[in-house]
Amino acid sequence: MSVAIPETLEEALQVAAADPEVQVLAGGTDLMVEVNFGYRRPASVCALHRIAELHAQRQDDGEVVIGAMTTYHDMERGVIAAALPGLAQAGRTVGSPQIRNAGTVGGNLATASPAGDTLPVLMALDSTVVVASVAGRREVPISDFLVGPKRNALGPGELIVEVRVPHLRGPQEFLKVGARNAMVIAVCSLALVVDLERRRVACALGSVGPTVLRAFEAEERAAQEIDWQTGRLGDPAFAPEFGRLVAAAARPIDDHRSTAGYRRHAIGVLAERALRRSA
Amino acid sequence: MTGTGSISDIEPRLGYSLRVNGRDHEVDGAWVGDSLLRVLRDRLGLSGSKNACEQGECGSCSVRLDGRLVCSCLVLAATAVGREITTIEGIAPEDGLTDVQDAMVTEGAVQCGFCTPGLVMAIHDLLDRNPAPTALETREAISGNLCRCTGYGRIFAAVDSTVASRRDAAS
Ligand SMILES: Cc1cc2nc3c(=O)[nH]c(=O)nc-3n(C[C@H](O)[C@H](O)[C@H](O)COP(=O)(O)OP(=O)(O)OC[C@H]3O[C@@H](n4cnc5c(N)ncnc54)[C@H](O)[C@@H]3O)c2cc1C
Repeated sequence: MSVAIPETLEEALQVAAADPEVQVLAGGTDLMVEVNFGYRRPASVCALHRIAELHAQRQDDGEVVIGAMTTYHDMERGVIAAALPGLAQAGRTVGSPQIRNAGTVGGNLATASPAGDTLPVLMALDSTVVVASVAGRREVPISDFLVGPKRNALGPGELIVEVRVPHLRGPQEFLKVGARNAMVIAVCSLALVVDLERRRVACALGSVGPTVLRAFEAEERAAQEIDWQTGRLGDPAFAPEFGRLVAAAARPIDDHRSTAGYRRHAIGVLAERALRRSA
Repeated sequence: MTGTGSISDIEPRLGYSLRVNGRDHEVDGAWVGDSLLRVLRDRLGLSGSKNACEQGECGSCSVRLDGRLVCSCLVLAATAVGREITTIEGIAPEDGLTDVQDAMVTEGAVQCGFCTPGLVMAIHDLLDRNPAPTALETREAISGNLCRCTGYGRIFAAVDSTVASRRDAAS
C-alpha cells in the first residue's frame, strides 16, 4: 500500500507498469466519491497533479493540445476559451466552482460516462486521445476511445497524456438539459460544430445512448442546407427538421434522471436551438 | 515528501505531514483512502469543515488547496502533502471575524449554521477573484454550497454588504 506523487510522466508510467492495479488519481471528483462510499478501496494510488506537462494547453499547427490534467476552470479561459469555445461552454456547465477547480478532462475521458460534458464536444471535433505506457505512445480517435458506458480503450499500465483537438474556424455550441443550471449531470446534452473551411457540420449527443453518439444523417443534411458563402441556412425552416433528424439518431433509455421519451424530445429541441444560433 | 525529483512514497499507516493554515500538522495512522475532510476533522481536530454528502454536492467541506476552492471530501489526504491547505479555522484573525463572517452575522444569513463555513470560504474565494460581482456571478460562485434554511436571500445580502463596505473602505 503506497501513494506515489511523481513529478514526471516517465515516473508515473513506471509506477503504472510496476503495479497494474495502481489507482490513478487526477482531480478526484469521480474517484473519491467511490472511495468515500466504499465502492472502491485502492491499495495503492498514483496522483498526477505534480506532473507539469499534463497541465499544459497549447496551440500547435492547426490543433489545440490539451494536457490530461487540464481542469474545467482552465477551459473557461486562455487558449481553450479562445480556440475551442464549445469546450469552454461545456466546462462552464460542470458541477460547481469547487468541482471545476478540481475535475479534469483526463478524468472525464477515463470515466467515459455517457453524460461526461466534455465528450460530445471532443467527439464533434474529431479529437484524438494520446495515451502512453512504458512501451510508448499511441493516438486513439475519440470514437474508438469511448468503447461503451463507463468503458474506455486504456490498456494495462496506460495513462491519458493529452487530447489533440482540431482548431476550426466557425461557430461551436454546447447545450445541456438538467434540473438546475449548476450541479447537474446532463439529462441530455449536445455539441454542434460548424466547420466553415471544410464546409462540414458535426453534431454529437450526450446522455442519449450507451456512449456519446454522432448524428451523421442530420450532419450531412445540415451541410447541404447551409449556404457556405454566408454560413447561414438557405431556408431557416430547416432548423426543426434538423431537430427531428437528431432526435431520430438518439438511443435514449429510462433511468433515475429522466425518461427515454423526454430525452428524445429535449435533444431535438437542443439541436434546433443550436443550429439556429450557429447558422 | 516535498522534495523534488523522485517518487514520493507514504506508508499509509505511518503518517505524513500536511500544511494547514500555515502550520505543519503530523497525521498518524491514516488509511490510504482517507479524504482530506476526514483527516481534518477526525485526526487534526479541525471540525469547522462540515461533513454532509461526501460527494462534492453540498460544499459544506469547502477549503482552499493551493489557493483554489475545492471540496475537501474529494481530496485524497495523502496527496495533499506539500500543498497549502486553508480551512475556515485559518481565515479569521485571532478572536475575531473576517468581514464576510461579520456580514453573515449582521444580515442574519446564518440559521442552523451547518453550511456557513463552506459558504464563507466560497464567498471569500469569489471576492478575492472578483471584488464587484454581479448578482448572477454571486449565484454561480455559491452554486456548489447548499443551504436548506435561509433561502439564500440573506446570504446574497451579506455578499452585497461586504462588497459595499470594502468599497467604502477603499474610497
Ligand atoms: C458534485 C459533482 C458534480 C459533477 N458534475 C459533473 C458535470 O456536470 N459534468 C460532468 O461531465 N461530470 C461531472 N462530475 C464528474 C467528474 O467531475 C468529471 O467526470 C471529472 O472530469 C472527473 O475528473 P477527475 O480529474 O476528478 O477524475 P478522477 O476522479 O481523479 O479520476 C476518474 C477516473 O479517471 C482515471 N483517470 C484520471 N486521469 C487519468 C489519466 N490521465 N490517465 C488515465 N486514467 C485517468 C482515474 O483512474 C479514475 O478511474 C461531477 C462530479 C461531482 C462529484
